[in-house]
Amino acid sequence: MSPVVTGRVLRTRSEAMSVRVAGRSVSVCVGIVVVLLVVMCATLMTGEYQLSVGEVLGAVTGTGEGSADFIVNTLRMPRLLTALFVGAALAASGAILQGLTRNPLGSPDFIGFNNGAATGALLVIIVFGGGMYQIAVGALLGAIITALLIYVLAFSRGVHGFRFVLIGIGLNALALAVNSYLITRASLYDALTAQAWLVGSVNGRGWEHVAAAGLAILVLLPLALYHSRSLAMMELGDDSAKALGVGVQRSRAVLIVVSVLLAAFATAAAGPIVFVALAAPQLARRLTKSASPGLISSALMGGLLLIAGDFAIQRAFPTAQLPVGTATGCIGGLYLIWLLASEWRGKARYS
Amino acid sequence: MVGPRRTPNTLKAVGLLVALAALVVLGLLSVWLGSKSIPFTATWDVLWNNDGSNDAVIIHEYRVPRTLLGMLVGAALGLAGALMQALTRNPLAEPGLLGVTTGAATGVVISLGFLGISSLLGYVWFAFAGAAIASVVVYVIGSSGRRTASPERLVLAGAAVTAVLFAFNSAVLLMDPEAFDQYRFWQVGSLAGRFYDVLLPVLPFIVVGIVVALLLIRPLNALAMGEDLGRALGAHPDRVRVVGAIAITLLCGAATAAAGPIAFVGLAVPHMARLIAGPDQRWVLPYSLVLAPVLLVGSDIVGRLIAPPSEVQVGIVTAAIGVPVFIALCRKRKLTSL
Repeated sequence: MSPVVTGRVLRTRSEAMSVRVAGRSVSVCVGIVVVLLVVMCATLMTGEYQLSVGEVLGAVTGTGEGSADFIVNTLRMPRLLTALFVGAALAASGAILQGLTRNPLGSPDFIGFNNGAATGALLVIIVFGGGMYQIAVGALLGAIITALLIYVLAFSRGVHGFRFVLIGIGLNALALAVNSYLITRASLYDALTAQAWLVGSVNGRGWEHVAAAGLAILVLLPLALYHSRSLAMMELGDDSAKALGVGVQRSRAVLIVVSVLLAAFATAAAGPIVFVALAAPQLARRLTKSASPGLISSALMGGLLLIAGDFAIQRAFPTAQLPVGTATGCIGGLYLIWLLASEWRGKARYS
Repeated sequence: MVGPRRTPNTLKAVGLLVALAALVVLGLLSVWLGSKSIPFTATWDVLWNNDGSNDAVIIHEYRVPRTLLGMLVGAALGLAGALMQALTRNPLAEPGLLGVTTGAATGVVISLGFLGISSLLGYVWFAFAGAAIASVVVYVIGSSGRRTASPERLVLAGAAVTAVLFAFNSAVLLMDPEAFDQYRFWQVGSLAGRFYDVLLPVLPFIVVGIVVALLLIRPLNALAMGEDLGRALGAHPDRVRVVGAIAITLLCGAATAAAGPIAFVGLAVPHMARLIAGPDQRWVLPYSLVLAPVLLVGSDIVGRLIAPPSEVQVGIVTAAIGVPVFIALCRKRKLTSL
């Protein structure tokens, strides 16, 4: 039997407030942050021009000289931060949706937001021939319209979680079909641009992308955290959650909106990077050994997955300019395989 | 979750017969309609005695194999989807989850990108081999030691392998525009240009897959009550899963090799079957087996007629037709759990 309350409970003197802290989650989060910082330093220092720690620090604090300042603040930093924020946003979006649907497949990859965003972006690329900024706006609109459609279609006397997901995968299939159709009808050049966008890339991203993704995280993540207590209870099922005093319909609506917007902004900034939303919460869950994916640990894991992927792809294929989605798929996939296999050797605890 | 809706068995049987009749009618329409218009009476005559005329060639060598392939591919995908959802007890599962579809795609990418094979017939076998290898790998990763794969681990292993293969495929295709130019037409899912030379090689795999799947109906029903109850009822969960996975690989692998990835059919048709017939696998599997080819052959006809002389690929039309029906069903009926 496991104890009813795990972790340590911190209380104020009069017990007016108490917070439960799961020791393992905290140490895992700290560990991820440390690895994150190391990878970030490595990304900023290496590349076509090697920079020393001092030069990078100087550039970051605004006291660097010309070339180092340009390389760090104009070329490397925006790309790095875009990757970090996009990864975190996707992972948080996935963690929320997986919790809401109580299904590891309930990630925005499957429920149409990403493909809806892609439809918007492909329309811009192939039909209107727009540039990077217009593509981002198209993607944002595509994701939001898809989500609204799902919500409207799934609404009848409240939103049933399962119906929401089913209608989502229906619209996902429709968006996917439209996307394939657009790709077969486009010129080869446009089709290649579209395909590269579809894999998800942070090549050549600037500060405006950082601002978009960062703002989304700054506003939406606290909102999600505020509601994450009810999320944990909703994983017990609607009826139990209601009995525990959760306003199920309202919390669900808020969480869905947050999840959609996180995925939408991330996709607008970097394209539909597959697998992060699905894998990061699962990886975090397996590392923290908790029953449900925690929001913070998932978000950190997503950020790490994306910047590590981008670092790897830049070093492994410096000339090919491959999109980061190829690396996150590879790294995240192999890591998940390794985790599954090591559980296989150990005690099959989560089976 | 909402309890099963009860529909009398006779009504379900009538429904199944109606669906079967619809399939036959659609089959005839598919042979009759096409870019070259041939009167129905002539079609009918030529269909039963092949007189070697131009029309007979068109019908016997183009339209009949295409129609048969559409039925086979549809049946395979529908059944594989129903099986996948029953085995993983996950309503979001689609046959591609075992890595089959992406494995097939990887086979095609390798044959296009590295071996320079560019004929449809050339990469059918690569696609099938890729599908088979991928699903074996997924199964090995997903199984936990002495106990065999639990549904959730299987799903995650499938997603992981799919992600790795997808990354590999994208990298190869983005660096090789020529291969991508061919691949983009394969990845839509189409029945165009497939004749007996594609139909005959995949036929035995699909037939074996269908037979195996139908033999699993009883144990699947037992397992639907949960592993322990199922075991008490005499089912062997592990054995059922292994056999089921083999059937899915045969069905979905062969279908994808022949027609390219057609994602929506395997995902949605079992839901439609459950919405009509309730959760009993004795009805879900046969309904999926019949409804999926109805959707696929019907879509193929529409795709051929909608913008002559070019056609819209069947993978696109199935989604365009299937999704509204699927959403309407989801909204109207009470949802049945697995």
